[in-house]
Amino acid sequence: MWDYSEKVKDHFLHPRNVGEIENPDAVAEVGNITCGDALKLTLRIDKATQRILDARFQTFGCASAIASSSAVTEMIKGMTLDQAAKLSNDDIADFLQGLPEAKMHCSVMGMEALEKAIAAYRHETLAVAEGTVVCRCFGVTDQLIEKVIREHGLTTIEQVTHYCKAGGGCGGCHKEIQKIIDHVNAKPATGKAVAASPAAQKRPLTNLERVKRIEEVVEREIRPWLRNDGGDIEIIDIDRAKVTVALRGTCSNCRVSQFTLKSVVEQKLRELVDETIHVEQVA
Amino acid sequence: MPNVVYLDNNATTAVAPEVLEAMLPYLRESYGNPSSIHTFGGLVMNRISEAREALARLLGAHPSEIIFTSCGTESDSTAILSALATLPDRRHVVTTRVEHPAVRTLCRHLHDTQGLRLTEVGVDHQGRLDMDQYRAAVDDETAVASVMWANNETGVIFPVEECAAIARDHGALFHTDAVQAVGKVPINLANSAIDFLSLSGHKLHAPKGVGALFVRRGTRFSPFLLGGHQESNRRAGTEAVPNLVALGRAADLVLANLDKENTAVAALRDRLERELLARCPDAKVNGDSAHRLPNTTNISFEFIEGEAILLLLDQHGICASSGSACTTGSLEPSHVLRAMGVPFTAAHGSIRFSFSIYNTAADVDKVIEVLPGIVRRLREISPFGRK
Ligand code: FES
Repeated sequence: MWDYSEKVKDHFLHPRNVGEIENPDAVAEVGNITCGDALKLTLRIDKATQRILDARFQTFGCASAIASSSAVTEMIKGMTLDQAAKLSNDDIADFLQGLPEAKMHCSVMGMEALEKAIAAYRHETLAVAEGTVVCRCFGVTDQLIEKVIREHGLTTIEQVTHYCKAGGGCGGCHKEIQKIIDHVNAKPATGKAVAASPAAQKRPLTNLERVKRIEEVVEREIRPWLRNDGGDIEIIDIDRAKVTVALRGTCSNCRVSQFTLKSVVEQKLRELVDETIHVEQVA
Repeated sequence: MPNVVYLDNNATTAVAPEVLEAMLPYLRESYGNPSSIHTFGGLVMNRISEAREALARLLGAHPSEIIFTSCGTESDSTAILSALATLPDRRHVVTTRVEHPAVRTLCRHLHDTQGLRLTEVGVDHQGRLDMDQYRAAVDDETAVASVMWANNETGVIFPVEECAAIARDHGALFHTDAVQAVGKVPINLANSAIDFLSLSGHKLHAPKGVGALFVRRGTRFSPFLLGGHQESNRRAGTEAVPNLVALGRAADLVLANLDKENTAVAALRDRLERELLARCPDAKVNGDSAHRLPNTTNISFEFIEGEAILLLLDQHGICASSGSACTTGSLEPSHVLRAMGVPFTAAHGSIRFSFSIYNTAADVDKVIEVLPGIVRRLREISPFGRK
């Protein structure tokens, strides 16, 4: 049993502001049901004063996810958008008299939803690039991972998992997370001295090389991730840059719903083999 | 804790009053060491022999085939490591994707650190072992196949006799983790191909801290703990006399209650299941209902999350467990439900109720009264499952 504070218990047992505002001025949805938690936040905003008049939430998740959502809505009611935009996930956790470290991602989810709702209201596209997915199990991008590392001075993969879930599944992304940790924690001077991707530094691959590399990457990077959830992948054909695959088993319930399985496979192959690769999926 | 409705008997069970009575003298006046030469200690040895005989009766085994251990996990480790030590030329282990961590973690560790080949056999959507895959997996390099008798999360029972026969055909040893099965299904090892069987005391109304391992006569054996000559040189360490006596008494009791378990307890479970499915929309049973322990049901409630359900049940004193991510201590739902291909949406909201002979109709009534409201309440909070 988790050791929840009285405030968490209170907001879980008696959540405030449950529901959905009709015709809201801003709305944001983060997480998804397959990942284990999801939050839909709707806001009523006074145009003249830029104040949040009302906030409501719907949450799928554990006690601390529900409590964090309830807390966010309580905190931001009456705030101006500028004030609300400054809210950090630590503020949410503090409001709840703290969260167990392994549950910090619940407060991060609250913060993400708020950010997203405000950005939507202001018609900003949130952060120019969304980043690339590092943790395929939970659909977490390098940007979010970098952000939690920076904001909380994280130094281990386990901590990163507590704060944003990345790395909490098959473990296939641990190396990449470690790289980001090292990169962020390195002297600022090193800047963007990340090794050029193999795709960038290579002469064009011969057909034979490409086939071999694709097979290797599928074997090493993709299959273990799929197998973790009882799925599998089969290479049907490789015709120059066109790779035809069949995805089997329980992949149909892939939890990274915002990224199709095909696009994840394609992204991985492009990154590690050849930028021109194009993946087709057959039944 | 007044008015606890305890429906988490696959996690642990209450110590039976008779068991407690039986063990108390060995915590009080009869504290002798059974290895001692004096009568004071020697008398205790007789009680251990009786406990061993009781376990042998329960399993259809010979007393010399029973080794007392400290827990189910020790029994599992002992069996698998012994098989590997006595068949050093064979470097392959077969197990299942739904094993308890006591077996799964050990096998993966051996694979990772000692380069053993490991095959984990899958299950179908109802949690039934893929026998074709199992048959294909066991080969002449297999040292041991370890297949649980019944799954702790779903209660699904595996055809272990058939699995054991296949292992034997290949000259491999066969181990079964029967921690959940003992006392709930009839077991007779007299004419079986099973070489090792693990059981645990606290799952059958004995206290925590005691288990046993059945090792078929004639099976070569390599001990896990080395030291004194206890347990006929097969498990060193001074006998935990009160626990051993307790396990013997518990063995007699579960044998006597086996019918009740399969009639009265099964009826309670069935009524709970029926009523919950009737009262909660979008709920579904995980696992093969036709081949299942009489005391277990695993039900998924879509669109809501297990930890939240459990904490609200806890408010009413109801104890159950969940395969949801938040309660498995990881971020992913139970490996058993994932191996079955239960959609994540349903796995997150899975609740296991497991009964014992101490449960009553009133316990079932209480859950039926309370849970549908909890499900409704959490669905009102959830963004999913709306029209
Ligand atoms: S890819 Fe990150 S844990 Fe699986």
